Amino acid sequence: MSAAEKFWISSIGRKILMAVTGVLLLLFIFGHMVGNLQIFIGAEALNRYAAFLQGLGELLWVIRFGLLVVFVVHIILSIQLTLENRSARPIKYRCEDTVQASLASRTMIWTGLLVLGFIILHILHFTMGVLQPEIFHEMHTKEPPDVYSIVVMGFQNIGFASFYILLMICLGFHVSHAIMSACETLGLNHSKYHPTVTKLSVILGWVIAVGYIVVPLSVLVGLVNLPAGGM
Amino acid sequence: MDFTLHVWRQPGPKAEGKMATYPVKDISPDSSFFEMMDMVNYHLLVKGEEPIALDYDCLEGICGNCSLMINGIAHGPEPGTTTCQLHMRSFKDGDHIYVEPWRAKAFPVIRDLVVDRSAFDRILQAGGFVSVNTGGAPDANAIPISKEEADLSMDAAQCIGCGACVASCKNASAMLFVGAKVAQFAHLPQGKAERTRRVLQMIEVMDKEGFGNCTNFHECEAVCPKEISVEFISEMNREYLRASIVSK
Amino acid sequence: MQLDAKIPAGSLTEKWDNYRENQKLVNPANKRKFKVIVVGTGLAGASAAATLAELGYQVDCFCFHDTPRRAHSIAAQGGINAAKNYQNDGDSIWRLFYDTVKGGDFRSREANVYRLAQVSNNIIDQCVAQGVPFAREYGGTLANRSFGGAQVSRTFYARGQTGQQLLLGAYSALCRQIGLGAVKMHARHEMLDLVVVDGFACGVIVRNLFNGDIERYSAHAVVLATGGYSNVFYLSTNAKACNVTAAYRAFKKGALFANPCYTQIHPTCIPAHGPQQAKLTLMSESLRNDGRIWVPKKAGDKRKPMDIPEDERDYYLERKYPSFGNLAPRDISSRSARDVCNEGRGVGETGRGVYLDFRDAIQRLGEDVIRQRYGNLFQMYQKITAEDPYKTPMRIYPAPHYTMGGLWVDYELMSNLPGLFVIGEANFSDHGANRLGASALMQGLADGYFILPYTITNFFASVKPPLVSVNHEEFNKAETVVKDKIKRLLSIRGNQPSRMFHRELGKLMRDYCGMARNEAGLKKCLQEIPAIREEFWKHAIIPATNEQLNITLERAGRVADHLEFAELMCYDALDRDESCGAHFREEHQTAEGEAVRNDADYCYVSAWEFKGVGEPPVLHKESLQYESVQLAVRSYK
Repeated sequence: MSAAEKFWISSIGRKILMAVTGVLLLLFIFGHMVGNLQIFIGAEALNRYAAFLQGLGELLWVIRFGLLVVFVVHIILSIQLTLENRSARPIKYRCEDTVQASLASRTMIWTGLLVLGFIILHILHFTMGVLQPEIFHEMHTKEPPDVYSIVVMGFQNIGFASFYILLMICLGFHVSHAIMSACETLGLNHSKYHPTVTKLSVILGWVIAVGYIVVPLSVLVGLVNLPAGGM
Repeated sequence: MDFTLHVWRQPGPKAEGKMATYPVKDISPDSSFFEMMDMVNYHLLVKGEEPIALDYDCLEGICGNCSLMINGIAHGPEPGTTTCQLHMRSFKDGDHIYVEPWRAKAFPVIRDLVVDRSAFDRILQAGGFVSVNTGGAPDANAIPISKEEADLSMDAAQCIGCGACVASCKNASAMLFVGAKVAQFAHLPQGKAERTRRVLQMIEVMDKEGFGNCTNFHECEAVCPKEISVEFISEMNREYLRASIVSK
Repeated sequence: MQLDAKIPAGSLTEKWDNYRENQKLVNPANKRKFKVIVVGTGLAGASAAATLAELGYQVDCFCFHDTPRRAHSIAAQGGINAAKNYQNDGDSIWRLFYDTVKGGDFRSREANVYRLAQVSNNIIDQCVAQGVPFAREYGGTLANRSFGGAQVSRTFYARGQTGQQLLLGAYSALCRQIGLGAVKMHARHEMLDLVVVDGFACGVIVRNLFNGDIERYSAHAVVLATGGYSNVFYLSTNAKACNVTAAYRAFKKGALFANPCYTQIHPTCIPAHGPQQAKLTLMSESLRNDGRIWVPKKAGDKRKPMDIPEDERDYYLERKYPSFGNLAPRDISSRSARDVCNEGRGVGETGRGVYLDFRDAIQRLGEDVIRQRYGNLFQMYQKITAEDPYKTPMRIYPAPHYTMGGLWVDYELMSNLPGLFVIGEANFSDHGANRLGASALMQGLADGYFILPYTITNFFASVKPPLVSVNHEEFNKAETVVKDKIKRLLSIRGNQPSRMFHRELGKLMRDYCGMARNEAGLKKCLQEIPAIREEFWKHAIIPATNEQLNITLERAGRVADHLEFAELMCYDALDRDESCGAHFREEHQTAEGEAVRNDADYCYVSAWEFKGVGEPPVLHKESLQYESVQLAVRSYK
């Protein structure tokens, strides 16, 4: 086996792969968040953005496929590595304490799996319209499709909104360890800069969480409403 | 001082183990942890019971022979300290103290609190050296090495091979140990010639031995008696990535 | 028995070159036909095993630890000497040689010491090539510091962990050979006997500590690198497991033991705290570079050190030895500390301690510089004593540390038994009656890297020793003896752990065969040791499992050997009716308490032959010929 082939099955190789896919996902998450925030500019802006994405045509499928691959790799590796890590300590300690490993770092697999569950529901909800089919289909008959109203009506449902809010806290938690961790895995750790990277990682994690949460929250408290007169 | 000790007892490598409880009385706060354990063993011996098997030797925190998970923390509560340098004044009178062996698939228990850490040796045998035979070395001052680089190399080289990093890591990963050795040589011109081969071979053996992977918990750094930085893990990652790219 | 040191012809500076020019060689193809057993993996053992394997010999290497890297060489802190003269301060091979001979109070073999000084430079080169991260200057060159007993800066160091770094260097070389299959490593195997056939050392009996199996190994030569015997004193700076067993068993098999009474008491250790104490901790002697040693002038002064004004402090080393001051050699510093404590001026709760004060150095250089130089030592001190040495002076007291005595070897490092080589602290050869700081690491590595590989080759080529089968009658006999002894240990049904007897022996030895000795005390020792030994064999308690790890049994076996060996030390100390180096006979001192040597009668190496347990050993003398140096009164004033 060549060194390059060994790389993909080695511990460090897979760690690096985790980090790289993680960074790509983070870019997606960030982009998605910026897109979402257009809701505060107004219905027209958000719907125009949605139409632009739909208008990408085949390219959209390429992006979707790429994202899917990245997701699948990230998820499969995380499960595989976690199982390996568990088996590296077959007998647990009777008394176990933690000195400095953060809660976020120790719960990555759980926050990750929760986010995965969320993504599935999210796609069923807003991409495929399985969860609120009447609203989804009605708004998609418009030209351009009224995504804005789908979102607002979706989040006016207190169950959906709180589910989103909770899961985005998980995501923030996940990301707050993820950025720092990815840097370290990719070999970017220097005592001079790393404390700042660690802080930024936490801040960015919560920026993302807040950036996502602010949408359902605003709908819930009535800051964002359906357009006057309805559409 | 009086304590209640809960200790892992396991008669042999294949035998079943369990926690046993022993009361300990009249210990001087200036006693070291092992002096306290000696007292426990003394009473066990006199009662005709098997003393607790444990490893310790230099009592200066340098040989790396001692181990012990004490109340769930490798080498006990004091940072930057091996168990042999831990003193009973770090505990409160009347404390319950849980003592367990290092736990990792790669460190099987031999008896009671003694584990087999030869996996570390095998990793170093795969590449933890500079391939230079005795004799024929150039003058020691022939290659200047900046003080900063030499100091960094020394920071990494301080590892005593005790295995606390593995024991404390939630994943039982050995990457701090391996990273420290890789980094020691990465900072020296003498180590450059075989840097590619070294890191590839060491990681291959590390993986084979059944250690877990690093998920950047930093727990290893917190318990390391020599306070070796996780920066060296990143350095190893870098070295490994580089080596995987450039090697044939 | 005529002892032939086999010192090569020629002037002192040419002897080693002459030896190498005239020695016989083994061609590469034949090297792999020779088997060597190396016992011990400290600096000497690891470096020898690695180097012999590099040359092509088949090496079986043994250590009783779980890995070779645990050997006690790892605990050496201060540094390693070499005559590089990088500091341009007047150092030379000759000066290192002379300092070592003088430090050893003219009781070492001139030719050996000169060779040691010669190869010292190669050691530094070798270690740097291995990736040992020695301290460096900003310009990238190696840094040096000064050390006790020398007026030049010739000590190379790696923070306060020089021994660790050098050992890990040798261990890495050993690892490489293990990985290549050239060395077969047997960890957790303890040597329990030497096998001698027709006068040749040809194998060992070892106990597998995992499962209690007794195993046999044969080879063309056996190398002992098993360290010193300071643990005969129970409390010493040696690691708990350090012991005399391997060397003592070789002695019982006919190898001569040389100068056992030369034991060094290190001046800078942390004082004992009480009866539960398991071991003493050494603080590197390098601390004496910047620390000043003092006690109160008044006896029984119980004030805090910082409250004692300058003019009520007695900086006794600076007062008594103005030119060397706090850097006076170890034996002198140790005895001076003992003397002031005997005068009632000792400090700390036990009254057995003196101050080592960094106040002036911190004022002069700043706390940062001191932290950089000694940070880890200060930290260690604070961990053990819970006192902050940046704020209050350290308390130190001498403790047994190193043993200059060891198995007798000739210039080739071979004992009187052909095929038995002894290197490092286990032999007696280079330090005479006292060892200077930073010389032990030098000697261990010199023997292992640069001397033994030559001399063992000469032995193979010229003697062509036989390889005896492990089924030979002598192996059977040796194994029976070992098994019987274990059986006997396991059958004692007493009620005292073996360390109690060890502690008793240690106290006796510290009191009467330690820093100072006299005839009456030594005779008392010789009377009491057999009694302790008898008690041990009646009342020790050892759990009866032999089939798996039994650490209590391992320790008991070592205690049993210490209990026999201690007598040998006393016989030697009694015989040497002079004061020299670390051997201080109270009968022989000046009015000021300085040692008085007797060159006319005692300028010899005492090599003792075993005659039976409890029987007086027989003395053989190797007279010391000084051709190149003048025997002088050792003065550090």
